[in-house]
Amino acid sequence: MSNRITREDVVHVARLARLDLSPEAIERTTAQLAGMLEHFEDIDALQLDDVQPMTQPYPLRNVFREDVVRVGLDRDEVLAAAPSAEDGRFRVPPILGLDS
Amino acid sequence: MTQRTELTATQIAAGVRSGSLKAADVLDRHLARIADRESEIHAFNLVLVDQARAGAAAIDDAVAAGHEVGPLAGVPVALKDNMCTRGIPTTCSSKILEGWRPPYDATVVTRLAAAGAIVIGKTNLDEFAMGSSTENSAFGPTLNPHDTTRVAGGSSGGSAAAVAAGFAPTSLGSDTGGSIRQPAALCGVVGVKPTYGYVSRYGLVAFASSLDQIGPFTNTVEDAALMLDVIGGHDAMDSTSIPDPQPSLREAIRHGVDGLRVGRITDLPSGADPDVVARLEAAFDALRDAGAEIVDVQVPAFGYGLTAYYLIAPAEASSNLARYDGVRYGMRVDSPDTNAMYGATRAAGFGEEVQRRIMLGTYALSAGYYDAYYGKALKVRRMIADDFDRAYQQADVLITPTAPSVAFHVGDKGDDPLAMYLCDVYTIPTNLAGHPGMSVPFGTGESNLPVGIQVLAGTLNEPTMFRAAAALERAVS
Repeated sequence: MSNRITREDVVHVARLARLDLSPEAIERTTAQLAGMLEHFEDIDALQLDDVQPMTQPYPLRNVFREDVVRVGLDRDEVLAAAPSAEDGRFRVPPILGLDS
Repeated sequence: MTQRTELTATQIAAGVRSGSLKAADVLDRHLARIADRESEIHAFNLVLVDQARAGAAAIDDAVAAGHEVGPLAGVPVALKDNMCTRGIPTTCSSKILEGWRPPYDATVVTRLAAAGAIVIGKTNLDEFAMGSSTENSAFGPTLNPHDTTRVAGGSSGGSAAAVAAGFAPTSLGSDTGGSIRQPAALCGVVGVKPTYGYVSRYGLVAFASSLDQIGPFTNTVEDAALMLDVIGGHDAMDSTSIPDPQPSLREAIRHGVDGLRVGRITDLPSGADPDVVARLEAAFDALRDAGAEIVDVQVPAFGYGLTAYYLIAPAEASSNLARYDGVRYGMRVDSPDTNAMYGATRAAGFGEEVQRRIMLGTYALSAGYYDAYYGKALKVRRMIADDFDRAYQQADVLITPTAPSVAFHVGDKGDDPLAMYLCDVYTIPTNLAGHPGMSVPFGTGESNLPVGIQVLAGTLNEPTMFRAAAALERAVS
């Protein structure tokens, strides 16, 4: 994993992460991530071919429950926490047509 | 110096239940300390004076009426501000959740209320629990009650400082890579990260879901046992919560450590300050004097924990924090279309460290880099867990320093993210393995500041971990 992270990588990742980074933030992040990733090369020394990945600590199994009607969250209380709501729904700006 | 509450949570609950103490008086004493010192420490994002007074009065009324009250009757508890409290602001110390009032309570909040505890306030943290000093809060740092030029540790710094300053006898924090144990060590209080799944995460705002775990801060090991006996146990609302029975930890600490095998990790990463190493040696001596056998063990992958953690935790965080998009809660930066709104809202709402971790995590998961970074980190995680399992065949518990140093000065690690990350070098591997760990105050080091000793144990071996912690506590009290 030795390819050094570039400014273009950071711009691409910021877009994936939906973060509008300023030009200064992009420069700073490029330098910081490069430093961290260099430090993280310590694990390249490990022989990992036969090791099973571990995604979480406890043996996962399906969890079932009875299908019973329960009172959900109060709709008005939930919508009251939103930046904008209308007619019982979240209100957002246009989702099509304006994306650069 | 700190001003400890004169009564432990155990003593308060016993007094309130028997009628010899009034919950209202207990609360007033703690509120008086908050009025006295909170302005210099900043442990809280919000103090719930009216709600706490109403809760305490209700407990006193119930006792007077002869009703049964719970095992935490009248005990003030401070909650880290990443635990949902219905109708009460829950900020994660982030601008992006400004004004948000959750529509439900976290399971721990429900269980505390049922046990008669009084929630006294919401405590400060590193934004979204990302940090080791509580300096990364949108609302300013929490300072150490032992020396207000120094940090309280983090990310649960507010909860640790609240107990150390006597603002509350107990508090709850969350620990993803050390965020309970490290501030507990720096503030001189007990802090426990239980086995992953021991305490329900329902209503805990997610940082890294395979690592996050809630646990208590207290002044005594017995109080920590009391708290975990109340908040632990299976919860149908958290599918990773463990269904196994959890034996009473209050019962466990009645047993000594005679014959207990205490492991010394001979290949532990170096880097702890000499004053901290001296306390670790004193801890081994104390446990040996109490009847334990000290055995050498190896955990070869321990030192790779930092790398695995700083790939896995940001990866999970980058996914979890995708929900802060300006649509359903918190702040929004108005924009002509939704994509522009997401980017502008998240850039304005998240602080620098959170943005850095989202970037790191997104990169580690992105096409072309997944196998090299995230995939490799998951394999290292398995190696660490396997190494611990082998060590626990030879030793019942392991002890290490909790943190490499005593509390450092505010601003000391401000410009270097990696230096800050190294604060958690001894705590992180336990989170990766999912095992329990706790920090116990064990004397002082440089500048007369507290040093914490970390006790580690295997999955669901909290009872043995608590026995060793209680023995360390007895040795210094």
